[in-house]
Amino acid sequence: MIDIQGLSKSYQRKPALKNAVMKLEQGKIVGLLGPNGSGKTTLLRILVSELRADSGSVSIDGAKLSPALKAHISGLTTSDFMPEGMTIQEAANTYESFFKDFEMERFHQLLKEVSLSPDLKISSLSKGMKSQFALALTISRKAKLIVLDEPLDGVDPVAREDILRLIAAGFSPDSTLLVTSHLINELERLLDEVYFIQEGEIRYIGDVEAIRAEKQMSLDELYREVYRR
Amino acid sequence: MYKFVNGIPIYLQIVKEIKGAMISGKLKGGDRLPSVREIAEQYQVNPNTVQRVFMELDKQGLTYSERGIGTFVKDEPGLLEVLKNEEAARVVGSFIVEMQKLGYSKKDMLSLLNSAWQKEGEQHD
Repeated sequence: MIDIQGLSKSYQRKPALKNAVMKLEQGKIVGLLGPNGSGKTTLLRILVSELRADSGSVSIDGAKLSPALKAHISGLTTSDFMPEGMTIQEAANTYESFFKDFEMERFHQLLKEVSLSPDLKISSLSKGMKSQFALALTISRKAKLIVLDEPLDGVDPVAREDILRLIAAGFSPDSTLLVTSHLINELERLLDEVYFIQEGEIRYIGDVEAIRAEKQMSLDELYREVYRR
Repeated sequence: MYKFVNGIPIYLQIVKEIKGAMISGKLKGGDRLPSVREIAEQYQVNPNTVQRVFMELDKQGLTYSERGIGTFVKDEPGLLEVLKNEEAARVVGSFIVEMQKLGYSKKDMLSLLNSAWQKEGEQHD
């Protein structure tokens, strides 16, 4: 269980994240959905320790997030790991040397899923292929928490489908997956639970299948209803 | 990519697809269903959702699981009939509702059915 309590962060007095509270259970895929600039990336960058929160805490299975526990969180965010001169295999070897929980065999299986050869040079990959490569690296770690920031952003519809398939294939019930997106419709089918975010405020919405059953609405429709002015 | 209908639980939509495959004969009694992972990839859905699909099929008495081997379609006489009747009742039920919305009485519906049947009768009989 990942317990996020009262996380706040401001940039030059402008609040980006306000008192965020989330409880992420093991074995679940959780969506954090909202428009660009709503605070999603700020939250993820705090989780992968790229940013410090002004206040609040994160704990994993009851222990506060520390440099040692940081190793249990996997995520590629803005600072992408893309050594252009290397092949996919060379980059994966480097990645493996950084992260003890990286599973090379699983990584190769996932590459096969999207027909990427390990011998390809990273500089030769299209944008969509780069996203797939980055995603395969991230989810091949046996981490407690895996965070994916806008995995569907900027890739064409065919590559999007591949990315959804990669996530479905690579997800391990031993971890928790937190995915952000502003593309609500596309991601909906993958999610167990969902949070919405707008202007730095996160709200818990619930179990996605239960929402469909009770409200007879898609998440996109629900989003519009929740934020209707 | 498979298109799901908005506002209906995804696991129920996949259950319906699998029942359809049983009715059409694509899945026969004794056949092994694809694994959770395979179905999750095929529909690009959460493996937990597929877990729910399997629970539902089991609850409805359509499949059985063997530990470590997989989930199989039950090979029982009459099972296919039950599925077909269930589907037929659903189709007829929604037909009646839609026709009532158009203001048709039972008598009107029957005579419309009869005349439609006569026109295309040969292929359908």
